[in-house]
Amino acid sequence: MSEQPPIHLTLDGQLITVEPGSTVAVAIAIAGRPCRTSITGEPRGPLCAMGICFECRATINGIAHRRTCQVVCEPGMDIVTQ
Amino acid sequence: MSYPVQPEHFQTLVVGAGPAGIAAAVSAAEAGSRVALIDDNPEPGGQIWRAERNHPGPDTTHGGNAAHWRNRLAAAPVTRLQGWSVFDQPDPMTLRAEREGVAADFSADRIILATGARERFLPFPGWTLPNVMGVGALQAMVKSGLPIRGKRVVIAGSGPLLLAVAHTLHAAGANVVAIAEQASLASLAAFTASLATSPAKLLQGLRYKAATLGVPYHTGSWPLRAHGTGRVTSVVLSLKERTHEIPCDYLACGFHLVPNIELPAMLGCRIEDGFVAVDDLQHTSVSGIFCAGEPTGIAGLEASLLEGEIAGLAAANRTAKAQHLVPRKQAASRFAARLARAFSLRPELKSIPQDNTIVCRCEDVTLDGLRPHPTWRAAKLHTRCGMGPCQGRICGSATAFLLDWNPGSVRPPMLPTLVSSLTSTEAPD
Repeated sequence: MSEQPPIHLTLDGQLITVEPGSTVAVAIAIAGRPCRTSITGEPRGPLCAMGICFECRATINGIAHRRTCQVVCEPGMDIVTQ
Repeated sequence: MSYPVQPEHFQTLVVGAGPAGIAAAVSAAEAGSRVALIDDNPEPGGQIWRAERNHPGPDTTHGGNAAHWRNRLAAAPVTRLQGWSVFDQPDPMTLRAEREGVAADFSADRIILATGARERFLPFPGWTLPNVMGVGALQAMVKSGLPIRGKRVVIAGSGPLLLAVAHTLHAAGANVVAIAEQASLASLAAFTASLATSPAKLLQGLRYKAATLGVPYHTGSWPLRAHGTGRVTSVVLSLKERTHEIPCDYLACGFHLVPNIELPAMLGCRIEDGFVAVDDLQHTSVSGIFCAGEPTGIAGLEASLLEGEIAGLAAANRTAKAQHLVPRKQAASRFAARLARAFSLRPELKSIPQDNTIVCRCEDVTLDGLRPHPTWRAAKLHTRCGMGPCQGRICGSATAFLLDWNPGSVRPPMLPTLVSSLTSTEAPD
């Protein structure tokens, strides 16, 4: 469907590639990683995918606690899971 | 970061760009009001019309004449503020919002709240595993690019969304292996029979649709627990007093919808039985503030669009034109009561979470930690339940059902907000 080139970004220091238009939550899921680790050490991924639950939060370009389900991937983004 | 600038002023400020918000913004703008539409998603459409990846603008495949509204929105002189989250109210008709760490103020003569609904989540053992998510949530992830082709999906919970999402996922190549609706067959049959004005044979429709997907549609069935390490690998469903373990890659589970009333409540709008109280023209108890769509009652797309139109027209002082739509809205809204009855939660669901099941996912508070406390407020103070980033939006709905607790008042900031946003504002781009 897409005629735009794929997007390259870094996730926890590793270069990853996603289709344009993907959200950061999707990029993290495709990489097979949890978005965050809970306070008792459980891996967590998105629950609501609509900006309510904050389970998908991660650090994007140095700003912590971004809701990754609400953010579309951009070239060169630096994502760090929490 | 610069310090407070003059808020940008509009005649009508609409919060939420789902169907109700779009209808409100378009109706007010077409009536000559200077309108802004503020929304925290990257694109307008809300949840039901959520944009497909690489297809900006509302998704037009889910009914309600979305293409018609998309075109009217594109043509209307509406200032669109996508990606902004409202978190505070510095004065009665001014809202403060944040985007990417920057805050800005927006003031208006009229405010229309169209904040929509979210899924109700109920805890069960394993519900915190990755790849266990809401029903609408999985649909949203797939629309946002999650590869689902060939993945085994179990859809569970309650409400009309289950089958609608089964269709979307099936079309995207998912292997939907089962749909489990907690409501009983009798309850759904009564619902169908009650639809006197639209004998659409909904139940037959549901089953027919499920059959065409080749998916079993179980009624009176619900998840007892999910298994997996690092991610879900199977779910155990209760079915006719027996249990069935079904392997899956995703468990999509949501128990119908609950309204997003936090912003209306923070602005002082009167809440009745969990919904925002409005008059015929969608005016709330606060002068100048209107509310439209699911926060006034979970009544679906048609009612949301009508309420949005009425609110937009009323905000733009087109009272007669707004009044003209009221009977249609009332008919559509009567559907809400029937829907709520048909999909009301069965008491058995209260006994699914075990003592060590996490209820508050932000603070990892388990059910046995909550039980000693008599109220939501006491539990918050002693266990931090509801004190994390979601501020009780998930566990508040769960404990309202499980423990009959009433969530308390809403105070700003109503979302976790960077300190920089609390102390400064900038003019938006």
